Amino acid sequence: MAIEVRNVRKSFGEFVALDDVSIRVADGALTALLGPSGSGKSTLLRIIAGLETPDSGEVVIGDEDVTGAPARTRGVGFVFQHYAPFKHMTVQDNVAFGLSVRRRPKDQIRERVRELLGLVRLDGLAERYPSQLSGGQLQRMALARALAVQPQVLLLDEPFGALDAQVRGELREWLRRLHEEIHVTTVFVTHDQEEAMEVAEQIVVMNHGRIEQAGSPRHLYESPTNEFVMSFIGPVNRLGDAFVRPHDIQILPEPDGTGTEALIERVVHLGFEVRVELKLEDGRDIWAQVTREEAQQLELTAGQILTVRLPAPRVFASQAT
Amino acid sequence: MSSSGPGVVSISPPAIRSAPRLPASDAQRTARRAARARKLGLRTLALGYLALLLGAPLVMIFYRTFEHGLAPVWNAVTAPNAVHAFWLSIEVVAISVPLNTIFGIGMALLLERGRFWGKGLLGLLIDLPFAISPVVVGLSLVLVYGKTGWLGDWLAENGIQVIFSVPGMVLATAVVSLPFVARETIPVLREIGTDAEQAAETLGASAWQTFWRVTLPAIRWGVVYGVVLTTARALGEFGAVSIVSGRIEGQTQTLPLYVQDRFENFDSTGAYTAALVLALLALGTLLAMNLLTRRTRGRMEA
Repeated sequence: MAIEVRNVRKSFGEFVALDDVSIRVADGALTALLGPSGSGKSTLLRIIAGLETPDSGEVVIGDEDVTGAPARTRGVGFVFQHYAPFKHMTVQDNVAFGLSVRRRPKDQIRERVRELLGLVRLDGLAERYPSQLSGGQLQRMALARALAVQPQVLLLDEPFGALDAQVRGELREWLRRLHEEIHVTTVFVTHDQEEAMEVAEQIVVMNHGRIEQAGSPRHLYESPTNEFVMSFIGPVNRLGDAFVRPHDIQILPEPDGTGTEALIERVVHLGFEVRVELKLEDGRDIWAQVTREEAQQLELTAGQILTVRLPAPRVFASQAT
Repeated sequence: MSSSGPGVVSISPPAIRSAPRLPASDAQRTARRAARARKLGLRTLALGYLALLLGAPLVMIFYRTFEHGLAPVWNAVTAPNAVHAFWLSIEVVAISVPLNTIFGIGMALLLERGRFWGKGLLGLLIDLPFAISPVVVGLSLVLVYGKTGWLGDWLAENGIQVIFSVPGMVLATAVVSLPFVARETIPVLREIGTDAEQAAETLGASAWQTFWRVTLPAIRWGVVYGVVLTTARALGEFGAVSIVSGRIEGQTQTLPLYVQDRFENFDSTGAYTAALVLALLALGTLLAMNLLTRRTRGRMEA
């Protein structure tokens, strides 16, 4: 089901969490709400779920205006940041919860739970209690629980936030594949741009309760419409009002008259990527990103003076607020 | 005899197995001896305090009860007024404890989950029975429900007797043991947060289903502890019940009132026996909770 949010506002006392926000999520899409903390992304997600009511504006899921509808009638699956397990129930009872409150027949529930536990690879853990699971397992249990009732949309709040780096990587990949398999319209909240780029088909960048820009990861990276999006998605160098991506800076083997002189202050090897910190003629600091091979060929070392060619820098019209 | 809540049972840590003895220097040995002496001193102090305040009186009651053998005890236990007092106490507890449990859980939910004007005031009001002397509670109930009281005429017209009968005693007991369940439940509600309840809601559970299946199981240890405290308090209540009951022998005498009555009439065996029964009831409540908690908790939070 497609999701449409129109002109939603929400304040908590003095704090404006959402300021006239509108988004459209296509049916079956995998969308990320990306922004720093306090940008309103979680509030937006909770408003779509019905866990929070907007001060004004509308929420439409499919063809239905659900703005005033309680969460339990919206057909949304919600995965909480800290998974919100029912601690006194076993894994299978957790997953069965949505079905059992709907009073489905016992054998039907059992069959569906078995199927879901297989889907999230928790087959052997049906009888365990949440306190006996790892973070990644809890995450998958919460997902199975949300999927059990066949939601029209799946909403995830910082789904990988509380996991360690390796598990996070695996789960991202897995969520992507799961989405390809079941194709439910999915929206997840994250503050991690890399995560958004890797998992989502569409990214909505939020800041201060507003939407800065929405589009595919590639589109946002290549044509950011403002300073915030440019600096939030991908690394940047700021030169006054202008912005330059570090990998767009060319380091030339021979001066050819088109470049600027620069002094290498530091070379940082990060595996495949090498970070070169430079001081330009005019005293400005900048850093360039080159591959390991390039760095080797150019024999880059600290203290060396060489020539760099800067791309046409991007300048955004200065913004109000 | 107004029983205070059961004390927290302290369990001393298991003795630490000492590491294989190495030859220790004199300084080390002295330090170790000092530490051991300090620990021993503290323990003696704590145990001595408990023994003087709690242990000795209880032992004395036990001793004095059986001083003259079993026969007088049996007679005291089976005396008609004693039996009546016992069952009346049970009746009052059996009505007031469930009432306060339901009210306490409701109040805790209201105070912890609700958003309304005057919440702070309500939170204060709920503690009032802790602050007011039970005698004052009893007197104020008489002022409202007594013959000359505020509701007295209306009650008399409808043939309802509150003061000097069971309803009044239940009322008085309920008031003095009012805050326990709410006070024990509120911190647990706060600790579990609202995530699980919201999760249940998104999964399609109604408010009622969410309460029974998610909230109540999560707060049940708080509730159980509150119920135990309420029961202990209700069983032992003397002051408030003493005033509203009129202390009519064989009619409105609960066990604590009966103990007082026997004591005043120089029937020490009667008084001690009833007191012992009262103490055993309270002990039984504590023990029941302890067993219940241990069995279910062990299974779940392994």
